[in-house]
Amino acid sequence: MNISPAFSVNIFSDLQTIFKYDFMLHAFQAGTIVAVVAGFVGYFIVLRRSAFAAHALSHVGFTGAAGACLIGLNPIVGLLLFTMSGGLLMGLLGRKVASRDIQIGTVLAFMLGLGVLFISLYSGYATEAYSLLFGEILGISSSNVTVTLLAGILILIVLAIFYRPLLFTSLDEDVAEAKGLSVLGIGLIFMLLIAVATSIAVQVVGVLLIFALMVTPAAIAHRLASRPFDGIAISVLIAVFATWLGLFISFYLPYPVSFFITSIVFVIYILVRLISSIQCF
Amino acid sequence: MKKENIITVNNLSAGYFLGKSKRMVFEQTSFAIAKGEFVGILGPNGAGKTTLFKLLLGLLKPISGEITVFGRKPQCDNDRIGYVPQHHSFDAELRIEALEIVKLGTSGKRLGFSLPAQSKKETKASLKALDIVGAQELAHRSLSTLSGGELQRIFLAQALVGNPQILLLDEPLASLDIRRESEFVKLIKDVATSQNITVLLIAHNINPLLSALDRVVYVANGHVAVGDPGDVLNSEALTKLYNSPVEVLRDSRGRFAIVGGEVGEEGAHHHEH
Repeated sequence: MNISPAFSVNIFSDLQTIFKYDFMLHAFQAGTIVAVVAGFVGYFIVLRRSAFAAHALSHVGFTGAAGACLIGLNPIVGLLLFTMSGGLLMGLLGRKVASRDIQIGTVLAFMLGLGVLFISLYSGYATEAYSLLFGEILGISSSNVTVTLLAGILILIVLAIFYRPLLFTSLDEDVAEAKGLSVLGIGLIFMLLIAVATSIAVQVVGVLLIFALMVTPAAIAHRLASRPFDGIAISVLIAVFATWLGLFISFYLPYPVSFFITSIVFVIYILVRLISSIQCF
Repeated sequence: MKKENIITVNNLSAGYFLGKSKRMVFEQTSFAIAKGEFVGILGPNGAGKTTLFKLLLGLLKPISGEITVFGRKPQCDNDRIGYVPQHHSFDAELRIEALEIVKLGTSGKRLGFSLPAQSKKETKASLKALDIVGAQELAHRSLSTLSGGELQRIFLAQALVGNPQILLLDEPLASLDIRRESEFVKLIKDVATSQNITVLLIAHNINPLLSALDRVVYVANGHVAVGDPGDVLNSEALTKLYNSPVEVLRDSRGRFAIVGGEVGEEGAHHHEH
């Protein structure tokens, strides 16, 4: 890419310049969808203390994507297949298993190792591995945007339908079960949602940085809001803000978008922690 | 006039299967609970007190025998039962406000979002339940800032918000100090009396319950002894239940101390105070 854009103080003319480029437009479109979904799903990931399980799923997805590349399929197919199978397995084993860090970590490391093997067998080695691990949002095609949009809408619809049972089983599993909710069923649905959300989020931040969009904004929201609805809104807003600002900055500076997104989220996290610790005194 | 039975247990055998082995918790057990009774469920750890609740909630099926709740087999979607488990799955650091937890008791099962009018109704019912347990001022406090006693009130409000006819409370006194124990028992008793709710309360120590109790269900060794506290908690009855020497002592104010019961896997067991 040989563009040498100059930053002006007029943000509207800046945006006009940015959106002249298709790859930037696609990046903003896909990034926004992913951020909204990640912020929403992330709220429940933090509530259920399943952050590590979600992180592990993205690594399982990496192996799937690498395997798909190897046999000539679209990486998203491998991603979806592996994250969904991994998610179903974790869901079936139950929530207590989802919080077992050591077992999950062991499987995670193995899957990542397997992914490295697949990538090394694949001739497109370096660039493909890099984009899977750290995201390649500037390379998103319009058909990818469509797939992301459809997956995103599907996730949001399912979340809207199961919002309250999900909240109930996340907060008070035993009472929810006594009231007739299927804790296993809701858990499975949720793991599938994480799987699909992870698969589309990998395009933006890659498997290694998935925390930045799926967990950190939600963790900040949990510190700020005491009502689930407000918490979800804050989580989504932070994820969207970080993605937009990250993309905006990356247009003018020659560094990776994922670096900017993760840094912005991290700075907000530190600021919120600092402010809330000051408030305690 | 004999009161109508709300719970009946006939020749119940129940337990858990662990692979090929079977651990029986109840064997040929029968008893009944009448409407409006305040019943204390006592017994050593692992005796089956929580299992009894699971059976009543329909979460565990009997191996043989019959249980009826409201005259039919227990069903796990029974809205007429309010349940407060011993443990809650949420994070103690959670900043979610108390009102949201109570609201789940009325709307947690529903799919989709509530329309504004419905949501208003749910909030109103939840605030009323909080008011009944004297915790309306805690409505907008986050769970992480509440004490053990305050949390118990919130959970009680959540169980009450659906207007239940039976309350199953699993060790609600466990996290309370002695003074709060008796306050909380009085609160439950007052609510139960005013709303004509049948209460089954699991406790480790009978003494804070004495003023409220109608009857005691003592679970040990796969069997239960049911009756007035004085009839169940005496050396003879408990020795028979444990099949091992047990001594029950009472002080001048009628408080119990149970010593002995070293049987099988349950080991030494005694009640303090």
